[in-house]
Amino acid sequence: MRRLLHQFCITLALLIPTSVLAAWELNMPRGVTDVSHTTYDLHMLILWICVGIGVIVFGVMFWSIIYHRKSRGAKAAQFHESTTVEIIWTVIPFIILIGMAVPATNVLIDAYDSSESDIDIQVTGYQWKWQYKYLNEEIDFFSSMKTTKEEVYNEVEKNPHYLLDVDNEVVVPINKKVRFLFTANDVVHAWWVPELAIKKDAIPGFINEAWTRINEVGTYRGQCAELCGKDHGFMPVVVKAVTQEDYDKWVAEQKAVSLAKAAEAEQVWTKEDLVAKGETVYQKSCAACHMANGAGLPPAFPALNGNEIVLGDIEKHMDVVIHGVPGTAMAAYGNQLSAVDLAAVITYKRNAWDNNTGDVITPADVKAFMSK
Amino acid sequence: MEHSSNSYYVPEQSAWPIVGAIAMFLMLGGTGMTLIDLQQGDISQMSKITMYTGMAILIFMLFGWFGNVISESRSGLYSPQVDMSFRYSMSWFIFSEVMFFLAFFGALYYARAFSVPWLGGEGDKGLANMLWPGFEATWPLMTPPNPELFQPIKEVIDPWHLPLINTILLVTSSFTVTFAHHALRHGERAKVKIWLALTLILGVTFLAFQVEEYMEAYQHLDLTLNSGIYGSTFFLLTGFHGFHVTLGSIILLVLLIRVFKGHFTPDNHFGFEAGSWYWHFVDVVWLLLFLVVYVF
Amino acid sequence: MSEQTMTHDDHHDHGPAKGLLRWVYTTNHKDIGTLYLVFSLIMFLIGGMMAFVIRAELFQPGMQLVDPNFFNQMTTMHGLIMVFGAVMPGFVGLANWQIPMMIGAPDMALPRMNNWSFWILPFAFTMLLSTLFMEGGAPNFGWTFYAPLSTTYAPESVTFFIFAIHMMGISSIMGAMNIIVTLFNMRAPGMGMMQMPMFAWSWLITAFLLVAVMPVLAAVVTMMLMDIHFSTSFFSAAGGGDPVLFQHIFWFFGHPEVYIMILPAFGVVSQIIPTFARKKLFGYHSMVYATIAIALLSLIVWAHHMFTVGMPIAGQLFFMFSTMLIAVPTGVKVFNWVATMFKGSMTFETPMLFAIGFVVLFTIGGFSGIMLAIAPIDFQYQDTYFVVAHFHYVLVPGAVFGIVAGVYYWLPKWTGKVYDESLGKMHFWLSFIGLNVTFFPMHFVGLAGMPRRIPDYALQFADFNMMASVGAFIFGTSQLIFVYLIIKAVRTGETAEQVPWESAEGLEWTLPTPLPYHTFTTPPVIEVQK
Ligand code: HEA
Ligand code: HEA
Ligand code: HEC
Ligand code: CUA
Ligand SMILES: [Cu+2]
Repeated sequence: MRRLLHQFCITLALLIPTSVLAAWELNMPRGVTDVSHTTYDLHMLILWICVGIGVIVFGVMFWSIIYHRKSRGAKAAQFHESTTVEIIWTVIPFIILIGMAVPATNVLIDAYDSSESDIDIQVTGYQWKWQYKYLNEEIDFFSSMKTTKEEVYNEVEKNPHYLLDVDNEVVVPINKKVRFLFTANDVVHAWWVPELAIKKDAIPGFINEAWTRINEVGTYRGQCAELCGKDHGFMPVVVKAVTQEDYDKWVAEQKAVSLAKAAEAEQVWTKEDLVAKGETVYQKSCAACHMANGAGLPPAFPALNGNEIVLGDIEKHMDVVIHGVPGTAMAAYGNQLSAVDLAAVITYKRNAWDNNTGDVITPADVKAFMSK
Repeated sequence: MEHSSNSYYVPEQSAWPIVGAIAMFLMLGGTGMTLIDLQQGDISQMSKITMYTGMAILIFMLFGWFGNVISESRSGLYSPQVDMSFRYSMSWFIFSEVMFFLAFFGALYYARAFSVPWLGGEGDKGLANMLWPGFEATWPLMTPPNPELFQPIKEVIDPWHLPLINTILLVTSSFTVTFAHHALRHGERAKVKIWLALTLILGVTFLAFQVEEYMEAYQHLDLTLNSGIYGSTFFLLTGFHGFHVTLGSIILLVLLIRVFKGHFTPDNHFGFEAGSWYWHFVDVVWLLLFLVVYVF
Repeated sequence: MSEQTMTHDDHHDHGPAKGLLRWVYTTNHKDIGTLYLVFSLIMFLIGGMMAFVIRAELFQPGMQLVDPNFFNQMTTMHGLIMVFGAVMPGFVGLANWQIPMMIGAPDMALPRMNNWSFWILPFAFTMLLSTLFMEGGAPNFGWTFYAPLSTTYAPESVTFFIFAIHMMGISSIMGAMNIIVTLFNMRAPGMGMMQMPMFAWSWLITAFLLVAVMPVLAAVVTMMLMDIHFSTSFFSAAGGGDPVLFQHIFWFFGHPEVYIMILPAFGVVSQIIPTFARKKLFGYHSMVYATIAIALLSLIVWAHHMFTVGMPIAGQLFFMFSTMLIAVPTGVKVFNWVATMFKGSMTFETPMLFAIGFVVLFTIGGFSGIMLAIAPIDFQYQDTYFVVAHFHYVLVPGAVFGIVAGVYYWLPKWTGKVYDESLGKMHFWLSFIGLNVTFFPMHFVGLAGMPRRIPDYALQFADFNMMASVGAFIFGTSQLIFVYLIIKAVRTGETAEQVPWESAEGLEWTLPTPLPYHTFTTPPVIEVQK
């Protein structure tokens, strides 16, 4: 037995390069908000209480195991009941629990007080991305994972923020009370950033609240924490906390971007431009289900290559993409993508792979359809 | 533990359980296939055959199994202790049914006390109303938050017509079945037949009215399974109750036939009692239903 | 297993029928117990294979073996099969073998129904497993199947999943009713409720929980079925329902369910520890009351699985406090076991090793449970590997060790054969080491922020995951020793003594070894002590 143990330890030691030992993360991050600090402290408190109880209980037990074994000639005692003892070990844990419950209640009440916020952000979970809508500003964008398929499938080296990187971070100022309103468009998701000590479910049709006041500038990463289907593991959250000045600058930039977007729609688009843009939109928004090559994952997700709707009536095609198919995973993209993106992706699909219809759908067509 | 006679009846091997398991597998598998077919359009022959075969075998099994039990009982194999076992298990079975309905009542309560008010902007999570502009919380919920997916209701069932009659029917039937029981205990078999038959008639009438009510709901009131949470809970609760009344009626029918065949004695008639317990349970559920689904 | 028949001239005593049909038609509690246990073992191996797939994919960051959808199917099926296929039938198997023997009954109260309860199971799991081969794949929404992922967004096979759950539910309810009736009605004359062995008591309370909550599970899957096929809106806000309603009903079942998986193990351990400590169980009465308290409390704590769904604060506090309270009666049990060992005269045969392993590791799992119960810090733990670590600590060295300990303890009686003690010890130590290497690191990755149910993870979690996968391999393969040991004992083991353990007490040991096919055809009379 001992030899086996020995060998086992050696195997383990070989498995773990010592260089990474230092980098091992064993505990919860302490975080960057007051609530995250109190949460962390509470966690450590409870942990040590449990360790303490464990030491006593296991201590007595192993003492008996060592000293009251038959091989040492121990004779069994006869006692088998004592009401006093039972009462003592009912009451003591009860008191310990009260000692745990009091600080826990305080932290909870703190975390729940989301009144008087400075900034409100509505966060909507989609299969498999997040939408951030700043309720006091005209800012509204989607945020999806930036890690590429090549990285995931081990074809290229993984970036240090593998799986935890997004195209558009949600940006907030430090030292301001930010309130998040969580909801979802399809299934239940959960928005989680450990360093802010926020984890809240995003439930379709309902709204949950949480708030934070970040103390330090930095980038804080988290993930979706509720099983939401195939790409649940690929739905990161990245919060960038910046100073007030940087935040104001960012807000101004975002506004400029949305103006530019609006102008794009007026511009004249060639088929080539639309197809090129459509391909990027497709890869970002649609490929998760319908696959990059349009083959889909039948029967759950239909193939778009050679698909009847895609090759058929343009109106019907636009309808499916813009309004979605209610009651299925096919979401309504009308409120997720701009008119240009919609026009581009529809044009792309009608001309990609083996779909050579030659049709061109312009942003104007899309707008016309949507205003009907 | 008065009756530990040393002759607890342990039946010999039996084929009925495995037949029952196979029947259940075919019936539920077939139903699953049918439902999936239905989603895609038409039902394939395979699915139907599997489902009906399962049902047929199940019925066959029930006849066989209960037949065995009845003949064992009549040939005096069962000691009072065995009888006690049956009593205990019937009570626990009814308890499990109570829990089944409890879940449904819980859903109704949750919808009324929490989800609908929240969606309408009231209470702790009233913020949800942001997502459903224009939605107002009422109970009965006539217009669901998304009236395109879930059709609005024109009108709900008036509790003081059919439902009231049905309440009277069921309450009366609870009495008649008790009278039948009394009669049985006093060996007045003619009365047993009359009271039991009356109970059965009341039960079946109840079902007929229920069917009528459903037709009314579908055809005139736009109250359907698809009309949001009100319709959902309404049909779930009344539907499962109706299903239990159907089972209860079948049990009563079997009892009636057995009475006609001369089964049961004044002091040995557990089958009869089990049936009447079940019937009372169905009644109590209805009373609750009448109050929380129709009246309030 | 016990193929031997006693040739008795008692007219009640006759041997089993010959051939395969014996097992199909049987009404004998020993046969049915064996069927349950064998079924449980098979399911444990199947569920374990799925765990292997999970651990293999998680061996390194990046996607290597399976696609994300299949990974989710594996997670879901692993959870379902282990819970409903391995642990629950395992305990029912122990109950079938032991309860009649422990209370001096000739058989279970309703032997035919007993057979039916078992035979539904293979069909239910055939249906569940067959979904793996269906178009669109098996259920992929986790063993907790939260709506609307499991309704509107589910693969087609969810319909069969629902019906499979219905069948398991019917089987469990009937099995539980049978146990309750047996315990109430079939005790030998003179055996009062408070003279029942702890194992019987634990099962009585478990059976009560089963009858109380399995119908609720049936109700919630029925509501899913309605939402999927009959366009109702229980779990859809668009019609006035709420996805969270699903979670409430599910966990009203789900939390008692986890105690259904542990209480019988408490019972087994309470039989084993006194035997090998050669000392009576300390505090029998308080053990009974504690078990009842745990069961009752378990009915009002369900929403501790839902701290992050955004319940109103009053709800958070209520469920937090009620959950924490469970530590008190559970503590009483742990302390009583320790007090039983204290000043005993202990030996450490395999059943005792597993029982001690149970006490230590279950308690560790209980401690992480208490941490999870604290709502504000559960926000950080919820849906991470910390939770996975918690429940594997209470389930693997808890529930599974409980079953395994029971099997070792009673195997000599059941088979009439002695098993290989040194193989048993090897099984214990490899399991003990393997499972700690597997599940302890999960606490760390969970705290550091790794969500559960993901097929791929960020780089900082790599080392611990590799370690967990290696541990899983050690733990898994060492279970093959167990299988081998049982086969070896049945085939070539020496005949066991009537009381194989020095100071084992209880009616089951008063029976001859090998056991007659029918026991206690005349009930033994128990003299009331004191
Ligand atoms: C056998 C199964 C089993 C058992 C016995 C338990 C026991 C407990 N569990 Fe666990 N639990 C699960 C199986 C089990 N659990 C499963 C499967 C899940 C995940 C489900 C899913 O999401 O998939 C889960 C999840 C789970 C959660 C939800 C986590 C989340 O998703 O965020 C919580 C939260 O409160 C919790 C708490 C507890 C508590 C307080 C106990 C208590 O009963 C523990 C009590 C025991 C002790 C405390 C130790 C002994 C006591 C003493 C020595 C006395 C002194 C101690 C003190 C004063 C602290 N469990
Ligand atoms: C009693 C219940 C039980 C048991 C015993 C186990 C046992 C194991 N579980 Fe289990 N697990 C759950 C219940 C259980 N689990 C539940 C409820 C979930 C949650 C599911 C969900 O999220 O929905 C879960 C989830 C879960 C996860 C998280 C998955 C995820 O979140 O994505 C992981 C990951 O490592 C895991 C690993 C393991 C391992 C390695 C074992 C090991 O103990 C297994 C040991 C292996 C064997 C026993 C195999 C032996 C077989 C052989 C050696 C081959 C021989 C084969 C033949 C002869 C046919 N489990
Ligand atoms: C979350 C998964 C998902 C994403 C992302 C997605 N779809 Fe779909 N899509 C579906 C599903 C599921 C269906 C089938 C709906 C049904 O059952 O009718 C579908 C159907 C379609 C159809 C109709 C084809 C048919 O045969 O019914 C078109 C066209 C389509 N999607 C285009 C798109 C476009 C364009 C995008 C991106 C902008 C996109 N989809 C993104 C899941 C998705
Ligand atoms: Cu979104 Cu998981
Ligand atoms: Cu729980």
